[in-house]
Amino acid sequence: MCRSPLRLEVALRVALFITCYNDTLFPETGKAVVQVLERLGHTVEFPADQTCCGQMHYNTGYQAEAMPLLERFVQQFKHAEAVVVPSSSCVAMMRDHYPKMAEQIGNPRLTAALETLLPKVFEFSEFLTKRLGLEDVGAYYPHRVTYHASCHGLRNLMLGDGPMRLLKAVRGIDLVEIEGLEQCCGFGGTFAVKNAEVSSAMLAEKTVAVLNTKAEACTACDNSCLMHIQGALHRQRTGVKTLHLAEILAGEERATV
Amino acid sequence: MRGAALDPGPLDPGPLDPKTAPTFPMAARAAMGDTQLRQNVRHATDVIQAKRARVAAEMPDWQELREAGKQIRQHTMEHLDYYLQEFETNCTRAGGVVRWARDADEARRIIVGLVKASGSSEVIKIKSMTTEEIQLNSALEAAGIHPFETDLAELIIQLGRDRPSHIVVPALHKNRQQIREIFQREMNLPELGEQPQDLADAARMFLREKFLRVKTGVSGANFLIAETGGVCIVESEGNGRMCLTLPETLITVAGIDKVLPRFEDLEVMLQLLPRSATGERMNPYNSIWTGVDASDGPRVFHVVLMDNARTSVLADAEGRETLHCIRCAACQNACPVYRQTGGHAYGSVYAGPIGAILTPQLQEMHHAQSLPYASSLCGACYEVCPVKINIPEVLIHLRNKVVKQNTAGVAGLFDVEASAMKAMAMIFRSERRFRAAQRLGRIAESPLVGKDGWIKWLPGLLGGWTQVRDLQEMPKETFRDWWKKRGAHGD
Repeated sequence: MCRSPLRLEVALRVALFITCYNDTLFPETGKAVVQVLERLGHTVEFPADQTCCGQMHYNTGYQAEAMPLLERFVQQFKHAEAVVVPSSSCVAMMRDHYPKMAEQIGNPRLTAALETLLPKVFEFSEFLTKRLGLEDVGAYYPHRVTYHASCHGLRNLMLGDGPMRLLKAVRGIDLVEIEGLEQCCGFGGTFAVKNAEVSSAMLAEKTVAVLNTKAEACTACDNSCLMHIQGALHRQRTGVKTLHLAEILAGEERATV
Repeated sequence: MRGAALDPGPLDPGPLDPKTAPTFPMAARAAMGDTQLRQNVRHATDVIQAKRARVAAEMPDWQELREAGKQIRQHTMEHLDYYLQEFETNCTRAGGVVRWARDADEARRIIVGLVKASGSSEVIKIKSMTTEEIQLNSALEAAGIHPFETDLAELIIQLGRDRPSHIVVPALHKNRQQIREIFQREMNLPELGEQPQDLADAARMFLREKFLRVKTGVSGANFLIAETGGVCIVESEGNGRMCLTLPETLITVAGIDKVLPRFEDLEVMLQLLPRSATGERMNPYNSIWTGVDASDGPRVFHVVLMDNARTSVLADAEGRETLHCIRCAACQNACPVYRQTGGHAYGSVYAGPIGAILTPQLQEMHHAQSLPYASSLCGACYEVCPVKINIPEVLIHLRNKVVKQNTAGVAGLFDVEASAMKAMAMIFRSERRFRAAQRLGRIAESPLVGKDGWIKWLPGLLGGWTQVRDLQEMPKETFRDWWKKRGAHGD
């Protein structure tokens, strides 16, 4: 059997929680996650009845509507060896709010199942750097790229320089750091429409920072921020694209040695 | 040069009042049209933030200090009744007179009465957001008493007939040139220069005469110390010290949340507060006074302890950490929303993230319902808060309260947002419905998609998105459809 040097001795069964908006709007991100995990020798599963973590409802004030979605998530993923989620904000939703929500639901079995499950839930880059201890995942992406640190990844998940270390190990990449890395892009879920003008002003600062890097592409661990940034970059005809970190890490050099 | 006598200056816009303020998105739109204001706010918050970061980073135990600060505040709030009574006892024993005010109206009446009893028709004031909260100046003026603000920033606000936009630096939205114009006009100094020294000299000349003449002072408080009955105020200018020591009568008004159990708690607070507020290791002036002393300082000292809805905040288990706030404004300086709008858009003297949670609660959720939504939940406020108030968490809690209000009763049935949210929640509860909705979404969006595959206009609530952003059309195939197909091919 041929074994890549990247492969781990222990292959994991990884359950992918794609999230509702990635499933609908960014399927390429999901495909890239599958490609990277399989390249590393792990098996990917996709619990078929998964839908949404409930973040939008919860953060907008519709807590009651989010409760059944917590139960649904636990039901779908309780047997997983590891759960990978290509969205920092959805993982932050689970880590920061699910325990309290479960307490409010008041079902001890649900609380117990959640307690076992939550430590096995990882944001995609976090799974690579913290769970697998990897930096080089064998990717190739010969472009000038800048990284946007989403607030939930930065402050709630404490991803630190994990995503940057993954990017630095990509062959061919020309990685440029953005000015004001810790500054919010102004997406904020329903904030982007409820306070459209302030959100736009925040976005304007972020797109200037992106353009100042002269990058061809802006990447992040959250497609929600990227959809917002991309929306302005496209409206302004900048020719700069956005793509999820997984899509960069999925890049491979075609030529074989 | 403009003739000072010819320019009457701006009209008085009246105090910031959450009861009558426009919604945050409306007020923000107006504020964001003021390019000078935005430039001033950006510059000032950048400078203070950088200073704060520098002096916080030099403390090896900064995180432990924050935790200690949180523990002290939490403990105090859990035993607030005990510590308030202890403060009253000890302050009274030291010769102070403690009065209790249920709300702003009662506080104003007490203070106006005390000033009148002091025999003065003027007061000198230290910067106090609590007096701004209760609109004390209007009440004093209505009673024929002239208040003189003596904090430099508050003086600028008062002379400019403006409103405070920041808890620590109320005139943060004004730059040096604008301040010079106000001083030229209001102090009748047409030749005034624009160097900081010129402006400080002008303010000093203007204020010194008041300090020496006015016999009654009004202050707020940073901390009330239960153990000793002492009151603590920290400041940078020394003007506060003048107000605290020169008058014959001193009236302090403080929210009941300002109490600290022990004198030694100041060890933690006086490290956290100046570093977080102004980026200084220590405030230039730290005043602590306990009652009265026959040999020095005011002969008469009153403390007005004011509730004004704080007990209702305390009664809410999920919102009560709001009361832990020590008014450093680090969250305002760190907030990317405040950075764009400045403080006036919040319609309250408490602007920025802390205002977004404090103001609606002080209004018992009857006003300012748009404020909990004035945040992208980025968490920068929580990160810098010296007493670790989880502001994003409280914002979400208050959003829930707003939703409950909006969806109660028959009117709730017609709430567009609530209906959409409930419909989406129903969709997410079933994979089959979710897939159907994904298909429907593609059909529904198709009339809006341009030839290049991008949506440039969206209707209704979603129109905010396409003001400045395009939206890519939905891909033909969802991830789950792709996954299913892949499985079918026996991959």
